[in-house]
Order: sequence, then C-alpha cells, then structure tokens
Amino acid sequence: MSKKFAFPLLVAAGVVYFLLFPQQNAYAMHIMEGFLPLKWCIFWYAVMIPFLVAGLISINKTVQANPGVKMLLGLSGAFAFVLSAMKIPSVTGSCSHPTGVGLGAILFGPTAMTVLGCIVLIFQALLLAHGGISTLGANTVSMAVVGPLVSYALFKAGQKTGAPRWLSVFLAATLGDLMTYVTTSLQLALAFPAPTGGVAASMAKFMGIFAVTQVPLAVSEGLLTIVIINFLASYNRRELEELSVLTREVRA
Amino acid sequence: MMSSTAKNTVLILLVVALAFFPLVFIKGGQFAGADDRAEKAITSIDPNYHPWFKNIWEPPSGEVETFLFALQAALGAGFVGYFLGYARGRKKRESAEQSVAGVSRQKPVAGN
Repeated sequence: MSKKFAFPLLVAAGVVYFLLFPQQNAYAMHIMEGFLPLKWCIFWYAVMIPFLVAGLISINKTVQANPGVKMLLGLSGAFAFVLSAMKIPSVTGSCSHPTGVGLGAILFGPTAMTVLGCIVLIFQALLLAHGGISTLGANTVSMAVVGPLVSYALFKAGQKTGAPRWLSVFLAATLGDLMTYVTTSLQLALAFPAPTGGVAASMAKFMGIFAVTQVPLAVSEGLLTIVIINFLASYNRRELEELSVLTREVRA
Repeated sequence: MMSSTAKNTVLILLVVALAFFPLVFIKGGQFAGADDRAEKAITSIDPNYHPWFKNIWEPPSGEVETFLFALQAALGAGFVGYFLGYARGRKKRESAEQSVAGVSRQKPVAGN
C-alpha cells in the first residue's frame, strides 16, 4: 500500500522544496573547455586513468564470461547517450541534463561506466563544444567515476538489506546523478577557492547553485532507470541473473 | 496491483511532469544553458582568470548545435528502441516455442 504513495509523496516533497528556493542562477553542466587551471586538468586526468583501465578490463571480462550481455552493454551506453543529450528545464529557471550512467553501473559495475561515460563526454567535447578536452579528466571523474561508484554502492547496499528493487534502483540512479554535480562543485571550488572563506565558501556557492537545479533531473533519471530495469526484469531476466543483478531476488 | 505497463506509464508521465512543471510555474526564468553563467561565477571569484584553452571546434551556429544534440539523442534513443523491441520479440518467440513443444515448463529460467 505504502508503495503506491511513495512516489507521489517524494515528488510533492521535491516540488515544495524547490518552491522555497526559486530563481537562483544555475549552470549545472560539465566544466567548460579551458576553465580549469592546467595543474587541475592534469590532476583529474591522473585520477581518471586507473578507473578507465579497470573499466576496460572489467568490460572485457564480463563480455567474455557472458557474450549474451553485449546488447545490454550497448543499451547502457545508449541510455547515457540519450539522457546526457537532454537539456531539461529545471525549477531554478535554467537547464541542465541528467547523466544516465546509473543504469550501466547497476548492470555492469562502476568502472565499466567510466569507459562508456568517457566516450559520451568525448563526443560532446569534440562535436558539441560542451565540456572540453582539457577538462575531460575532471568531467569523467565526476560523471563516470564518482556517479557510477555511488550508484553501484547504493544498489548493492539495497540488495543486501532486502530493500524493494524499485527503491534501490531509484536511490542508486538519483543519488549517483546528484553526486556527479556535487563532485563538479568540489572540483570548481578546489580550483577557485574564494578570497575569503577559501574552498569551503566556494564549495557552498557552487553547491547551492548546482544541487537545486539538478534535483528534479536526478529524480527524472531515477524514475526512467526504474522503467528500464522493470522492463529488463521481465524480458531479460537471464542476462540480469548472469550479471547477478537479479540472482539474489530469484534464489533467496 | 497495477500492471507493469500501467506502472511504467505512470513513471514516464511523472518524468514529463517534472520537465514541464518549471516551464509553466517558474515565471521569468530564462532557461539558458550553463556556460555563460559559469564564466561569470568563476570570474567573480577570481577576476584574473582567463580560459587557457579553447574548444577545438565549435558548432558554427545554434542550429547546428541543436542538430548535433538531436542527433546524439536520436542515436541513443534509436538503439534503446531497437533493444526493447528485440528483447520483447525474443521473449515472445521463446514462449511460443515452448508452448509448441508442448513442454510444460512453468519454472522460471533459474536453475541453469
């Protein structure tokens, strides 16, 4: 019964929250080309590379063990591709886009999405002048390392505690999306500490801007990810079991 | 208990509502993209900062940019749609084959 009302309640709570904080300037998207000092670009590239390598190895292993899941890998990439192309209006009066990496993180683990997310970011940086090559490391770390790690951890925690699947999926996708932009705020704050108050003050400023814009989009991403996982649970049960996304539920 | 189609429809309607709510109820929003504002915020913290690198290539106009974003969405959505149809068709065929074979396999796919 409570299941029926959970979503409307959640959405209503979100709406009330945004009405309390209207009209802030916001720009929740990737860090633009040239807008991180060189040393930070190098630093974030260095952070990204181990995850990228781990991701390539992990994808290779998964595909060799279960060749049947290749289509699902394509789906995860395509989902991130669509969602990160959708600039959706938000309650702050500006636009941002979801990331779509939570789905793949749930299915294939966090580092696999580092690879797919990085590909999406390269496409956007080269063809759309959205994000950038100098900031690719930083943007990959926020969208394709931290986001998927959060999603994966939350989904696994949900499975362990026996939470309903829709709830684990929703929290994983929504908070993974949100944490991506928290990370972006942190990256900007580290590179541009405020003259008074330093990193913390900058962080508060960037966060106030980012989080609010992103929340409704993160909720949208959570809902869409539930739709896809529900579909997969009825039509691709075998693959989900191979990836141990469903094993526990079926056999427990 | 709602059918899964009904559930998914409700979820998708919620997403649509979330996207259009701001357009209807937030007055005076410009719904601009991010990039100019980020520039301003950074400049307000550090007035001496100048971007040291430019995009290698930029879409020559807003139209071209929109086209490329639409292309990205279309490619992604195209594959997602293909996948959903493929998975549904495969499942249908499998259950049809099972009923033709006359085997009463009521067990789920587990146990392999």
